[in-house]
Amino acid sequence: MSGNSTPEPSLKGTPLKRSHLFFFLPAVVFLAVAIVVAWFMMSGRDPQAIPSALLDRPAPAFSLPALAGLDQGFSRADLVGQVTVVNVFASWCTPCLAEHPSIMQLSKTPGVRVFGLNYKNKDDQALAWLKRHGNPYARIGADRDGRVAIEWGVYGVPETFIVDRTGVICFKKVGPVTPQVLSEQILPLVKALRDKDCRTLKAGQG
Amino acid sequence: MRGLLILIAAFAIVWPAFALEPGEALKDPALERRAREISKELRCLVCQNQSIDDSDAPLARDLRRIVRERLAKGDSNRQVVMYITARYGDFVLLRPPVKPVTWLLWFGPPLLFLIGAGGLVWRMRRRRRARQTAPEPLSDAEKRKLRRLEQPEGGET
Repeated sequence: MSGNSTPEPSLKGTPLKRSHLFFFLPAVVFLAVAIVVAWFMMSGRDPQAIPSALLDRPAPAFSLPALAGLDQGFSRADLVGQVTVVNVFASWCTPCLAEHPSIMQLSKTPGVRVFGLNYKNKDDQALAWLKRHGNPYARIGADRDGRVAIEWGVYGVPETFIVDRTGVICFKKVGPVTPQVLSEQILPLVKALRDKDCRTLKAGQG
Repeated sequence: MRGLLILIAAFAIVWPAFALEPGEALKDPALERRAREISKELRCLVCQNQSIDDSDAPLARDLRRIVRERLAKGDSNRQVVMYITARYGDFVLLRPPVKPVTWLLWFGPPLLFLIGAGGLVWRMRRRRRARQTAPEPLSDAEKRKLRRLEQPEGGET
C-alpha cells in the first residue's frame, strides 16, 4: 500500500483547519463546567447554609428572662467582657442532643462561657432535658416565642455563635457542633479571642 | 352529565392556596395587601424555595407576623424588608438585588444568549458568503488525481 510510487495526498501535510477545532469546543466547555462543579462538591460547602448577615457585627439588642426556676437570663449587656458562646437549643431538637457532648466539653474549656438560648421550648421540658443530659450553660435565656432568635438571624436549631469580649459576633455555625467543628473551628477561635477582639483578629489574618 | 358539570365547576373554583392562618391577617385590607406583597418576596429560610407567604413552617409564620407588626407600626414596605434583611441577609430576598456580586446571576443568562445568537449569525453569514463565491479551480495535483480516479480499473501506470 505504501509502496505505491505516486504519493497519496496525505492528511498529515494539511494543517488542521481552524473550523475543525470548534468541534472540540463542546467537550472543552463540558470539561470546564464539570471541573467547577466537582470542585464545589468536594469543597464540602453546604449550598443551603445561609451566610449570616450579623457576622462581624455587634450582637443585637435583646433581653431574655430566665427559665422558670433558674435565676439568670441574659441580655446583650451580659455578653460584653468575656468570650461567650451562645448556643441555641431546645429539648425537642434532636441534633441538639447530638451536639450536647461537644457543648459540655466546650463549657469546661477555660476562658469561655456558654450561654443557652432556649428556643420555643416549654420551661419544664427544657429543665427536664438539662437535668437528664447535663447543663453546660452558665446562663439560659428563655426565648418562648422565638422572637429574640429572629433578632439573631436564627433559622434552624441548633445554631451556635461565638461572641468576642466586645460583644461582636465573630462566628456562626448552623447545625450541630460536631467534635470536628469543635476542635477545628470553635476551640481555636475561642482561644484566639481571649486576648484579641474579633476585628483585630480577622484584620490580622486578612 | 349534570354531575360531571358540577365536578368541573368544583375544580374551576379553587382558591389560591396560601399558608396564612385565621387570625394572622390584619384588619386593614390595604395594610394586609401590602403584607401579602412583602411576604411573597421573602424566602422562607427553612424550606428555602418557598416564600414565607406560601410556607407553613413556624419560622415563616413568625416572620409573617413580624411583617404585619412592622406595617401596623407605620413602616414602609422598604423598611420592613430592610428589617428582615438586616437579620437574615440578602438571601431572604427571593429577588436578589442587583449589585456587583450578583451581576453574573442577573446578566449571565442574557450574556450567554447574546454570545450564542452572535455565533449563530456569524456562522450563517459565513456559510452564505461561501455559497455565493465560486469554488476555486482545481490545482494541478487535484486535476491529476481526478484523472487517475476516472480511469477504468487496471488502467493504471
